Amino acid sequence: MAYKDDQLSEEKVFKDPVHRYVHVRDRVIWDLIATPEFQRLRRIKQLGTTHLTFHGAEHSRFNHSLGVYEIVRRILNNFKDREHWNNEERLLCLCAALLHDLGHGPFSHSFEKVFKLDHEYFTQAIIVGDTKVNEILEKVSPGFARKVADVIGKTYEDKLVVSLISSQIDADRMDYLQRDAYFTGVSYGHFDMERILRVMRPIEDQVVIKSTGMHAVEDYIMSRYQMYWQVYFHPVTRSAEVILSKILHRAKHLYQDVGYTFKLEPIHFISFFEEDVSLEDYLKLDESVVQYYFQLWQEEEDEILSDLCERFMNRRLFKYVEFNPNLQINDLLELTQLFMKAGIEPEYYLVVDSSSDLPYDFYRPGEEEERLPIHLQMPNGSLKELSRHSDIVESISGKKRTDHKLYFPLDKLKALTDNGLKRQIMDILYGQGESRKNVN
Amino acid sequence: MLIKHAKLIHFFCVANEVTGRKKLQKMIYILQKADCPFEEKYQFHFYGPYSEELTLRVEELCNLGFLTETKEDKANYFQYCYHVTPEGENFLKQFTLDMPDMMEKVDLLKSKSSRFLELVSTILYFEDLPQLEQVEKLHQVKPKQNFSDEEIKEAYKFITQIREL
Repeated sequence: MAYKDDQLSEEKVFKDPVHRYVHVRDRVIWDLIATPEFQRLRRIKQLGTTHLTFHGAEHSRFNHSLGVYEIVRRILNNFKDREHWNNEERLLCLCAALLHDLGHGPFSHSFEKVFKLDHEYFTQAIIVGDTKVNEILEKVSPGFARKVADVIGKTYEDKLVVSLISSQIDADRMDYLQRDAYFTGVSYGHFDMERILRVMRPIEDQVVIKSTGMHAVEDYIMSRYQMYWQVYFHPVTRSAEVILSKILHRAKHLYQDVGYTFKLEPIHFISFFEEDVSLEDYLKLDESVVQYYFQLWQEEEDEILSDLCERFMNRRLFKYVEFNPNLQINDLLELTQLFMKAGIEPEYYLVVDSSSDLPYDFYRPGEEEERLPIHLQMPNGSLKELSRHSDIVESISGKKRTDHKLYFPLDKLKALTDNGLKRQIMDILYGQGESRKNVN
Repeated sequence: MLIKHAKLIHFFCVANEVTGRKKLQKMIYILQKADCPFEEKYQFHFYGPYSEELTLRVEELCNLGFLTETKEDKANYFQYCYHVTPEGENFLKQFTLDMPDMMEKVDLLKSKSSRFLELVSTILYFEDLPQLEQVEKLHQVKPKQNFSDEEIKEAYKFITQIREL
């Protein structure tokens, strides 16, 4: 039997708190899960620093990847005999679903920003590079690995296949919303996925939703909206992200610009500092390695690096105030000067962080043709864009929300001995009067 | 601190006016590929390189009053037009940006249609492939656009030209 058709003698299952069970019968999928590149995902947290706010959020990208695979498997079971669906694409979809996050590194968000990396690039590089994953995919058929990479990169010719993995209602989002809600313990983020799966219909180049399932999709869109603002952009998590980014910036600066000698040579980081990261280096760095260095760097002589690491490891985070860049840019410039006067390096200790989200966007003919909207399939077979039929979705469609916050170490400010300077800083941060509560 | 926002305002100041969201997306992408240090992350979407970060950042700039977005009613669709406000210009004055002179590049980009820029940006997205495969991939991902050989030839000429400016 060809490897692509090879089935395990009996079905294997992974117990899963979100989908109850993840079912595996294809030998290819079973072999991919066993590769070192996929097992590495156990050591990358799905939500980075969110566990410092929601202590349950310790789940990994491994959990999520299996979850996305399971959702796609269930969708394809429903699609099996439907018009427009080519079952020859089944294994390709399952592999792409399983491997879609393979290139995520430790604390992806901060790492990508500081070291100018792109996890999507590494996902592709792992799939087409000299790896165990590639070896297995090429055993399916020559060129199969490239096809999987193209589906994940959204450059595969069959758009229906791509839309299962990446669209405004795809398996990736359906898994992470439910999984992140489960592990953070929040009450939003839940929706009736079983219902959505039952009303998904394949058409020529996308997946559409049978119109009777509109309310389940409304619930999904609202869940997403809530999760972004209640969990993903939580200001305390952002404080941890700010510190994490500053640690990486500081370490890179010390290595590159100062010629600083670390107590232990940071060999795992050197190619990152030099912005010349090979696939091999990339795969070696996971969150356990990063935290090992942070633990060590608490003992470094560089006070900024040791202080930031101590804050991160012991959750001594920065405080924050609301910030409006339009009205308060002069305040920020003044604060920068005052922090310097106080001997608190503003580059590391005075940080504006902005978060934005677009819960759902719709197609505007001739303009916004980048994001495929969610289409409802009406009883007569015609398609209608979701927000034109749903008042709830219409109310949040195309509306972006931005939140700017200014982060700083309140404990350092409180410890200032120059009371005049301290008062000046506090007055700007908290407003006169209010600042007194924070000074004492 | 808000450097990425400032870089975009700088771009809008150089351009004076940008018409069309799609055109804006492709302009920034092509400028990135021509060594202008914009940092917005792009992914391939259904119709070419697209940056969600850019969409959100432009919206933020509008919300902050640094940019205005006006909606022009065309026959079959709406088109969005962007200008920098005096507040945006004041904001930009707070920064010392290390940006190359982009004037000629931006003028050249503005003179082209969004369809042409879509073609150019898609070719650039696949520029790591050998040229024959780039063209093959282009037709695969954009079958409905029917880009002609002449247009493709013109796009390659344009890429060389903008990189030399």
